[in-house]
Amino acid sequence: MAHDGKPVAAGRKFDSVGTRPLRPDGIDKVTGRARYGADMNMPGQLIGKVLRSPHAHALIKSIDTSAAEKLPGVRAVITARDLPDLTGGDQGQMDTLVNTMARERTLYDGHAVAAVAASSASIAQAALKLIEVVYEVLPHVTDVDEAMKPDAPLVNGGVITNGVTPKPTKKSNVLIRHEFGHGNIAKGFADADIVVERSFKTEATHQGYIEPHACVANLGADGTGDMWVCTQGHYNVRAVCAAMLGLEQSKLRITASEIGGGFGGKTMLFIEPLAFALSRKANRPVKMVMSREEVFRATGPTASSSMWMKVGAKKDGRVTAAHAVIKFQGGPFGGSLVDMGAMACFACYDLPNVKTEGYDVFCNRPRAAAYRAPSAPIVTFATESVMQEIADKLGLDPVDMRLKNAAKEGTKSSYGPTYGPIGLKATLEAVKETPHWKTPVAPGKHRGRGVACGFWFNFGGNTSVSMAINADGTVALAYGNPDIGGSRASMSLMAAEELGIPYEKVRCIVADTASLGYNDTTDGSRVTFAAGLSTINAARNAIKVMCARAAKTWGISEDAVTWEKGHAKPAGANAGKFEPLSMAQIAATAQNTGGPIAGHFETFADSAGVSFGTHIADVEVDEETGKVTVLRYTVLQDAGKAIHPSYVEGQYQGGAAQGIGWALNEEYIYGKDGRLQNAGFLDYRIPVASDLPMIETVILEIPNPGHPYGVRGVGETPIVPPLGAIANAIAAATGVRMGDIPMSPPKLLKALEGRAR
Amino acid sequence: MSHVHVTTTINGDPTEFLCEADETLLDALRDRLNLTGTKEGCGSGDCGACSVTIDGRLVCSCLTLAAEAQGRSIGTIEGMAKGDKLHPLQQKFLDHAALQCGVCTPGFLVAADALLKHNPDPTETEIRYWLAGNLCRCTGYDKIVKAVTEAAADLRRA
Repeated sequence: MAHDGKPVAAGRKFDSVGTRPLRPDGIDKVTGRARYGADMNMPGQLIGKVLRSPHAHALIKSIDTSAAEKLPGVRAVITARDLPDLTGGDQGQMDTLVNTMARERTLYDGHAVAAVAASSASIAQAALKLIEVVYEVLPHVTDVDEAMKPDAPLVNGGVITNGVTPKPTKKSNVLIRHEFGHGNIAKGFADADIVVERSFKTEATHQGYIEPHACVANLGADGTGDMWVCTQGHYNVRAVCAAMLGLEQSKLRITASEIGGGFGGKTMLFIEPLAFALSRKANRPVKMVMSREEVFRATGPTASSSMWMKVGAKKDGRVTAAHAVIKFQGGPFGGSLVDMGAMACFACYDLPNVKTEGYDVFCNRPRAAAYRAPSAPIVTFATESVMQEIADKLGLDPVDMRLKNAAKEGTKSSYGPTYGPIGLKATLEAVKETPHWKTPVAPGKHRGRGVACGFWFNFGGNTSVSMAINADGTVALAYGNPDIGGSRASMSLMAAEELGIPYEKVRCIVADTASLGYNDTTDGSRVTFAAGLSTINAARNAIKVMCARAAKTWGISEDAVTWEKGHAKPAGANAGKFEPLSMAQIAATAQNTGGPIAGHFETFADSAGVSFGTHIADVEVDEETGKVTVLRYTVLQDAGKAIHPSYVEGQYQGGAAQGIGWALNEEYIYGKDGRLQNAGFLDYRIPVASDLPMIETVILEIPNPGHPYGVRGVGETPIVPPLGAIANAIAAATGVRMGDIPMSPPKLLKALEGRAR
Repeated sequence: MSHVHVTTTINGDPTEFLCEADETLLDALRDRLNLTGTKEGCGSGDCGACSVTIDGRLVCSCLTLAAEAQGRSIGTIEGMAKGDKLHPLQQKFLDHAALQCGVCTPGFLVAADALLKHNPDPTETEIRYWLAGNLCRCTGYDKIVKAVTEAAADLRRA
């Protein structure tokens, strides 16, 4: 169920929601007291380190760990032999097992091959050098188009492609073909006055969270274990580790540390099962912290892509047909999330005839993980580039052209569902009212402005929340999602709003897996929506209890009590007969009226509202170097309801900055040897403060009917439009339309030189 | 494996520790002295999460040997607030929501403090270039720049 069915109160006045109080975890985070993954130590702990494959693709002929085991201070060495196959034929579990530790072959540069636990980091490092691995190097492939060629080396043994008729008889690197859409594109293109067709390529990027993965594991001989870990989903850590180690879930208690960024990259497991396996073998706690190089080589970057797109329109700009073929590689197991790309590709527009085809392709690269609106920035780069090209060729205003095609309530989306109330048109109309749009691009050479729209599905999912009313009338709220960007503040605001008490009376904790019911991972922009919805309903349940206790105190019936601004009040015939009772008064006498007071709520929240935004970018291109400078940038997005507007703005600004980095600089660079050549922040350059302007924001609020206050997730959509907005601005500045991402100086310079010729 | 004995001052406290000869100041602060407010984001001097001061000079503690602390005065994030009174930079970071995940925040605060000691009235461009050695992946820097600008104004009035 979504919530208790009460519609969003139109024009409801909020007391706490929409204000900007200081975040409850703020002091710890500005004084260095907050404890992140690597900030925890357990008594007697060892340090674990991982030996990684230097080859993109190789057979492991033998591993000799005997010399490492003999090194004084080494307490355990593990290989795949220590992680037996307990998957029972489940392919997803098998892929995770193989990704955690290579078995008969290594599948990418950086793939884990063995791990050690020793009394110090330096001894562990020395032990890694004593492990002798004999490899037989195999041919490899790291480019998606190369991997789809008939004579490509088969990655991970290859696969018979699903989703293709007739079913192929020969193995290839294509795991599956997806298709979405409706209408008749042939007819749509026949009706078009103009057709634009283009190919695109985008490189893989990394989430680039500043905190590397870290954990401390303790697994005793009785099979009972604890872990402290930086993760977006500690319940998922428990499930995956328990399955891989052959333990019941109740045996493992996982505590989420403060998390130093994730953006989707900390939804997957890498070192956690190894830490438990080492701890079990050594019978000591084991701490593991990844180096930055390991983070780049061996965690989950995005897919890289190759795309073809064709869009047809009438002279007035109305699109008649849209077709895209999208090929993503996402590492050696599939799971590139190309299906989400194919679904998100045309989701901004109301299209009569649309078709998207997606191919999920194996390559010798690390297994892709989600990165903030996974796949949508890639495909939307193509869509918004082509839409702008049509507008330019027809001489149409870019905003009007998009408004003419924008999805609205009742639109059948390109991926199937029909939209409810959505905010895309509102963001486009609001563009015209921004100071940015009303002011021409600041005068200067090679300057231009671009616009792009973006969409994300948003998610809800499994959620548990527990609220205790303390004896002094304050509130302890336990939820189960790591606070990745201020969610303690938004939960506290929603609890305070519903209870009618000050924000400061609520203390939120992120509960461990043994202390609260199951919660899905912090992903899909789900927490403010789903944990918020559950917090509000937990508060409503606590209010019911408190009203009943007041009724008992007064000796009147329960339904003769109402709740107002933190107080139980007699209502109806009893109105005014008794002094209202505060939460503190009700809590103080709880032992006489039935015992401690609490409210809890569990749900599968399936009413997340889709999210739309529009971005405006002004750029200047240095035509001598190909360097692009972003001069001005504005983000407009529908939040449904902004619970803490400062942190909503922060999501808009941060997502835009990541998108700008993706557009202009960030890329995985592989050598001919299949090795990653830029596994560090010096050569994988994320935006720094001097690369960016201030990022202006406009929050629109078109309520999501599936949340009591109208909340939509806001975290992911902001990374979707920047690639297209910057590409369109570069085209406006130079006349060059870039097909490749990133639009880095060497690539743009080459394109500019090509134009000159 | 013989250790080096280091006598130093950290946030005004006389401090002694033993370290390996090739151990970084960052590892000594975090693993030997339990001063975990200083973070490791890269270990190669590219992210600034490990920013500390040595005799007032801003450095990456991941690129500094622990033994170099001998006889010097080290400043870390743990020394920034005076008792329960936050430094104006800390307060402005809170007021402006200039942090999301918070892991880069100690490095930004230490670096911004060094900036304001060096230049009490920086322009937006000067702030952005001074802080270009500190990576933040969450905020897009907008609110950080505003927080530093306002803290500078407060400090000039103080």
